[in-house]
Amino acid sequence: MESQSIIARSTPDFGQLVQRDRIHGSLYTDEQIFQLELEKIWYKTWVYVGHATEVPNANDFVMKSIGPQEIIMTRDRDGQIHLLQNRCPHRGNQLCAEAKGNKGVFTCPYHRWAFSNTGKLRGYPYPDGYETVNRDELGLGKVTRVAEYKGFVFGSFAAEGPSLEEHLGRGGRDAIDRLVMTSPEGEVQITAGFLQHKAKANWKFLVENETDGYHPQFVHDSIFSVAKSGIGDLYGGASTAVARDLGDGHTENDLRPEFRRIGKLMNWFGTTEERLPEYVEKMKAAYGEEKAREIMIDGTPHVMIFPNLFIAEIQIFVIQAVAVDETIQHVTALQFKGAPDLNRRLRQQTMGSVGPAGFLLADDSEMYERTQRGVAAKNPEWNYLGRGIHREREDEEGYLVADNTDEVTTRGIWRHYRELMEAE
Amino acid sequence: MSMQIDLNVLAEVQQFLYREARLQDSHAYDEWEALWTDDAIYWIPANGADIDPEEQMSIIYDNRSRIGLRIKQFHTGQRHTQMPQSALGRVVSNIEILSDDGHEIKVASNALIYESNLRGETVWATRNEFVLRRSDDGLRMARKKVVLVNNDKPIYTLSFLV
Ligand code: FES
Ligand SMILES: [Fe+2]
Repeated sequence: MESQSIIARSTPDFGQLVQRDRIHGSLYTDEQIFQLELEKIWYKTWVYVGHATEVPNANDFVMKSIGPQEIIMTRDRDGQIHLLQNRCPHRGNQLCAEAKGNKGVFTCPYHRWAFSNTGKLRGYPYPDGYETVNRDELGLGKVTRVAEYKGFVFGSFAAEGPSLEEHLGRGGRDAIDRLVMTSPEGEVQITAGFLQHKAKANWKFLVENETDGYHPQFVHDSIFSVAKSGIGDLYGGASTAVARDLGDGHTENDLRPEFRRIGKLMNWFGTTEERLPEYVEKMKAAYGEEKAREIMIDGTPHVMIFPNLFIAEIQIFVIQAVAVDETIQHVTALQFKGAPDLNRRLRQQTMGSVGPAGFLLADDSEMYERTQRGVAAKNPEWNYLGRGIHREREDEEGYLVADNTDEVTTRGIWRHYRELMEAE
Repeated sequence: MSMQIDLNVLAEVQQFLYREARLQDSHAYDEWEALWTDDAIYWIPANGADIDPEEQMSIIYDNRSRIGLRIKQFHTGQRHTQMPQSALGRVVSNIEILSDDGHEIKVASNALIYESNLRGETVWATRNEFVLRRSDDGLRMARKKVVLVNNDKPIYTLSFLV
């Protein structure tokens, strides 16, 4: 009865649907809610679009997305990055059908209107038919705000709102700061191409799963056991790693306590310093012996930046909400400038573990799809998210943390979600 | 300039490819694994047919030991995406011998695979290239490249033997 009254209401009551330790199943299945999410999250907040190194040269472009929208990320001849809508302002034709390339001018195949890669209308055939027209009003649609943090390019369709730095917060910025330090030159490169893995599931199941430290031991036991990987133990009951709510929907599994306890360089990546002598030397030269040791023991972060950028130690996932029950994960190996020997191993491990045939992600994806079908069942209506609620605590920096298997991360995601969905 | 086809070789190759398909469709993991040579490469590129797998992401780019790991993972009984196993039926066709130096045979073929699993039904279309090597026990796969015709698009989980 309760749920019927909630769903029948014309505007969903997010205060009812999202509670501290449980959330309503319709949040994953309701078409109206998905449309509201597009409006209040995907077309409003900062969404990760692409990386500056994907368009390294003047006039490079690459096809990206914000939710179901195609976005052409271009670099103009002055080096500035633009996020353009793939829609011709004449009669709506899809302007660009290529995944990437290099060109300064995009010409619409329908009636040959031509646009520069800044979005400006350059011209059209038989211009005497447009004698009274103001060309400046007929440029390409653009993502209203574009901002970059250490090469990571985000877009927001809202003209006003928090800055990107505010959106990332201390926690999100710190994650990217820590990540780029894995490069002896302090730069990440996204150059290895993306795998595109589709799941018949709502996007929030993916976001939740990225920092769900409860599942790895069970969902991934099949590969941890045969590959003799130590990853499983990081998510075991005895692990000293912590789950952390970074605020603003950003969340983390912080594995550093375990890596520091073990105290071996490159252990975070399941390898040893002997296997990467060139990298280890370069890191010491770049950061000094002590700091380099610290970086190489701590490893890269495991941080989910709401709503769609997951930094997963050795790769990034870009989550694309396509429909209420369809989501694409775009995934590629992280590459670190000045670290070719590390990068080769990062590519090999990424190909093994993620994507449609990955040792890990094929099973995660199976869970996304099964939960999607599961919540379609009428009862018990709610998903219970109370794990570890009694042992949540503040860490020295004021973040909420709990054991690594606890749902403090998921609760943080939903708290933020509720704020966004309730905002005007 | 057409190559003279040795029909005996063609028949042997055909039988080999049909056998591989049957082992895959019936999830006969160990028998399928035994078809590979020790220096095997099993490659499913992404974003086109001709990317450099040493530099760019592939859906699968397995050496012999990683093929073995893939099989071991199935045998744990905990490879959830194959619990239950996909129901499969594939048609292998367009078998063409591209070259034969007496030691190794290069072969092209197409496959159309029908998969039914918990998600629903999916049709996969592939263009394949093999390097088959003659051994005392008959033909073995030294290299198999599977080009999904839609490998530039987002695809669902692909966890059966393809
Ligand atoms: S629709 Fe693009 S030029 Fe007419
Ligand atoms: Fe997982």
